[in-house]
Amino acid sequence: MAAITAPARATEDTAKRVGGGRWTAYWLLAPGALWLLLFFVVPFYSLVSASLFDPNGSVLTGYDVTYHVGNFGTAVKNYYPELLRSLWYAGLATLVCLVIGYVLAYAIAFKAGRWRNLLLVLVIAPFFTSFLLRTLSWKLILSDHGFIVDLFQKVHILGSDGRLLNTWFAVVSGIVYNFLPFMVLPLYASLEKIDGRLIEAAGDLYASPFTAFFKVTWPLSLPGVVAGTLLTFIPAAGDFINAQLLGGPGQRMVGNVIQSLFTSTQDYAAAGALSVILMALIVGLVLVYIRKVGTEELV
Amino acid sequence: MSLVAQALRWTKAHLVLALGIVVLVYMFVPIAVVVLMSFNDPGKSKNVYRFHDFTLHNWAHPCGPAGMCHAVGISVGIGLLATLVATIIGTMAAFGLVRHEFRGRSFANTVIFLPMASPEIVMGSSLLALFVARGFGGRLGFWTIFIAHVMFCLSFVIVTVKARLSGLDDNLEQAAMDLYANERETFWRVTFPLVLPGILAAALLAFSLSFDDFIITNLNAGQTTTFPMFVWGAAQRGVPMQVNVIGTVMFLIAIVLVVGGEVNNRRQTRALAR
Repeated sequence: MAAITAPARATEDTAKRVGGGRWTAYWLLAPGALWLLLFFVVPFYSLVSASLFDPNGSVLTGYDVTYHVGNFGTAVKNYYPELLRSLWYAGLATLVCLVIGYVLAYAIAFKAGRWRNLLLVLVIAPFFTSFLLRTLSWKLILSDHGFIVDLFQKVHILGSDGRLLNTWFAVVSGIVYNFLPFMVLPLYASLEKIDGRLIEAAGDLYASPFTAFFKVTWPLSLPGVVAGTLLTFIPAAGDFINAQLLGGPGQRMVGNVIQSLFTSTQDYAAAGALSVILMALIVGLVLVYIRKVGTEELV
Repeated sequence: MSLVAQALRWTKAHLVLALGIVVLVYMFVPIAVVVLMSFNDPGKSKNVYRFHDFTLHNWAHPCGPAGMCHAVGISVGIGLLATLVATIIGTMAAFGLVRHEFRGRSFANTVIFLPMASPEIVMGSSLLALFVARGFGGRLGFWTIFIAHVMFCLSFVIVTVKARLSGLDDNLEQAAMDLYANERETFWRVTFPLVLPGILAAALLAFSLSFDDFIITNLNAGQTTTFPMFVWGAAQRGVPMQVNVIGTVMFLIAIVLVVGGEVNNRRQTRALAR
């Protein structure tokens, strides 16, 4: 991830001479690598085999891997509205996050002066209260006789019996809120590295502030934009907490389906297939996106 | 000049900063609501999404709701244990990645990035599939949650410690060596104290991630109930106001730790400069 690890790269090569023989690195990495291998990589294999279970099995009688590829077709046929809705909500939320996150990251990087560190702490501070509690707070803020609904009704954005809860608006704004720090931090990391003199130089060469931004600042911040949009879009596409707490039955996302298939219905075959499809869709979209934006610097 | 006019002029001159502050305020509105609701007395009305009346009852009886403090205890236990393990093996890995040249380093960096970029629902369901396939389906609980939490905290620990480690001035270590410190002494008396703030930041991050996780935990918890799972369960019926007390306390503890660390850092820097 360019924006996060880029500062590491510069000194990585100079520091290697300190300490140890050539096997030291492997010993240091072994426990972490083993943990990720056993509990991150191997489980994907289990998931893929679960997606190929014979759908007639059950948790009690056990499942057989029968290479039942039909699970995928069934999953898509039954749940394509939720799949599409997840991508659409996550995409929209990412776009909104990008706009307001860019403003905040830009303000911290260029305008905050000595308040910079304090503001950065404030950006991550929301992480220290529970994700669920913050989402429940939104439920209160957007609730039917709440301040925002009243205001929207007064200015006729909403009808007199209109509501915000159980609408796409509530779910998307919940997602925007919850994932905003994931956008701001990488954006800040790449904005902070921009040499202010480049922007001044653009001004000296008669670029308007507007042109200077789009010809200088924006292109230089692209690694952060790519990192931030990915770190927002990917978790948002799999999220179901916002859809569950702020939305209604019409706002169910694919995460809700997978979660209830695993925990209530215990239909592991369908749940596995749906998880694999979600992952494949995300990987596909990310690859297309990276190619379009053209950053080689990722990872 | 009136205060309003002054504020307007400042806003005009600092438009971007003003907008940024608006965004920050927006980020804190729900937290303010959590703090406010911790003083709420819902009274007889069942509507827990509305401030009804001021009370100190929730703060005086934080463990009122059945099972809540037990769930908090489990979350703290898992959080501390997972933080300890993830911080130790993550710090080791960060040292390996920054301080050594070896084949497969960029591959290792990619694998470490992936958990941060995978949807939690996919990671959670994969782990569940693994546990069920290996016959642990009936033994889901504390330890399976612990395994999952170490897994997703690891990447964040590695990235945080790496950032600190690669920002270090290695002249300091050279100087220690020049002054006849051996490798072990150099490490424990120079390198480690310098990296420590990064390690502590990583530990704090890991603990908050672990304490807060719902999606992965819920899939792999079996009959065990963590605090977020308690909140989720309660949200279906109407949350007891005491959950807001827990939320407020956790927030305050974290803020005190962060601010304390920052103040301590500054004091040390000033002492060094003198």
